[in-house]
Amino acid sequence: MPQIVVEDLQKRYHVAERTAGLWGAVRGLVHRRHRVVEALKGIGFSVERGEVVGYIGPNGAGKSTTVKVLAGILVPDAGRCEVNGRVPWRERIEHVRRIGVVFGQRTQLWWDLPVVESFELLRDIYKVEPGAYRKSFDDLVARLDLGAILDTPVRQLSLGQRMRCDLAASLIHAPDLIYLDEPTIGLDAVAKLAVRDFLRELNRTRGVTILLTTHDMDDIEALCSRVMVIGEGRILSDGTLDGLRAQVSGERRLIVDLENGSGAFEHEGVTVERREGHRVFLRFDPRQVPTAGLIGRIAARHAVRDLFVEHLPIEEIIRRLYERIPA
Amino acid sequence: MRAYAAVLSARVRTLLQYRAAALAGIACQVFWGILRTAIFGAFFAMNPARSPMSLPEMVTYIWLGQSLFRMLPTGADGDVRALIRTGGVAYELTRPLDLYAFWYTRSVAMLAAPMLLRAVPLLGVAALFFEMLPPASPLALAAGLASLLCGLLLSAACVTLLTISLLWTVSGDGISRMAVIAVWAFSGILLPLPLFPEWLQPALALLPFRGLIDGPFRLYMGHIPAEQAPGVLLHQLGWTLALIALGRWLLGRGIRRMVVQGG
Repeated sequence: MPQIVVEDLQKRYHVAERTAGLWGAVRGLVHRRHRVVEALKGIGFSVERGEVVGYIGPNGAGKSTTVKVLAGILVPDAGRCEVNGRVPWRERIEHVRRIGVVFGQRTQLWWDLPVVESFELLRDIYKVEPGAYRKSFDDLVARLDLGAILDTPVRQLSLGQRMRCDLAASLIHAPDLIYLDEPTIGLDAVAKLAVRDFLRELNRTRGVTILLTTHDMDDIEALCSRVMVIGEGRILSDGTLDGLRAQVSGERRLIVDLENGSGAFEHEGVTVERREGHRVFLRFDPRQVPTAGLIGRIAARHAVRDLFVEHLPIEEIIRRLYERIPA
Repeated sequence: MRAYAAVLSARVRTLLQYRAAALAGIACQVFWGILRTAIFGAFFAMNPARSPMSLPEMVTYIWLGQSLFRMLPTGADGDVRALIRTGGVAYELTRPLDLYAFWYTRSVAMLAAPMLLRAVPLLGVAALFFEMLPPASPLALAAGLASLLCGLLLSAACVTLLTISLLWTVSGDGISRMAVIAVWAFSGILLPLPLFPEWLQPALALLPFRGLIDGPFRLYMGHIPAEQAPGVLLHQLGWTLALIALGRWLLGRGIRRMVVQGG
């Protein structure tokens, strides 16, 4: 049985509306208008143990709502949802014992206490045995390189340090499933790489299932064997990264470095995206224009120093997919 | 239980970091204590015969109040308020803890830590320099301490209730201000309860507020004889349980309608 099963999950929010300005504020005292926002319009998916699933979508698409329902924080309006065989919000306490959660924009550490004291507090909250705690603690400190910052109060940590500590905090009780809501938000390039390396190792060595929401496509490319795209409260796409590419566009990009940058560049079925000096960026669909033949024709007609073919960047794929979402 | 004890101790350690605030608070309490005993002494001198308390008793009541006033429920838990404002409250629900018990524990810590930090030096100062009476008897001391503990539990139930109200009002200032007025008026912190008019006494006896400090103080002084301690404790515990039941019910409703914004 899959570790996460979601079927036809729905969640509506009632948002109080107020007209702008003083008069609007006064009117709001007497008469409240409510707007219904449908955050989830019946989504469904399942996740097997040990998978790393990227969950992406534009802001307001319903990513965080899904994660919060899966974490037992929010109660949905309709639909079925089971994690490890439990309904998260109905058996919340038993459910959360076995999951870890990181909301990238917030910290779960005690602001005024040294990092290590937050860990000890979580150890007591999750009733982790001393031996198991020691092992898990040493492992996390080594892998996330926390040794030097354990005695620092959380309020003095940099964002990258804080995120590493938050990751460790979510894993103290050795959960077999973690939800990461934008774990790399605001981090610099080095810190992002550290987080990705750690997550990859975590999945590989401990078999932890990871559900990750992000806006950073490098996270997806580096970590996720599977990508789910949500838009306007519906799942738009679910599958491998390659599958997603194929669904949106089979196009490839051909980058050609010429000996001599000038001159027209026209071939059938090929569009010139842009030129940068001696470099020309072309786009074509290999199903209509076979790659080998195209390269041959280009090499015959131009003085080519170098050329290479690549997929469309994932950002481009996602942008096209988002554009298809009915507004 | 270990989890709740750990939360309690973490909270105490956090609050102990703010020593300067505690020192300033102590100085402030000494100043007000001197002022209030002077005012009440002046009133007392006008008509000593009609007073329901002797002057030394009144002085003692005031100094106990100055020393222990931080245990009064005068607002929601600031930490939880911040969590609700920022959405960090989501993490509270991802802990394998009963949320009410979790928040109640936080409330106990929020009240007990600063109270203890201030009470010990303030009581020492009051006993040494300002003629605060010792306990009426060892039994009175025991009854007073037991009642003080119950008062703390009652106060924590009030704070938790105010905290839960934040799930509806977010800022919670309105409800907290009303609570402060009721607590200041009816707990005895402003005016010792025995000094209230005769016709108000039955109502005061019924309300929960007298269980906060008035009961413990008067048991300590022997103004309420130790034999009557069970009645005082029952009143305190009865209200505590009632407020806990109300808080649990409200929290259950609040969580079902909760919306965690953003992120």
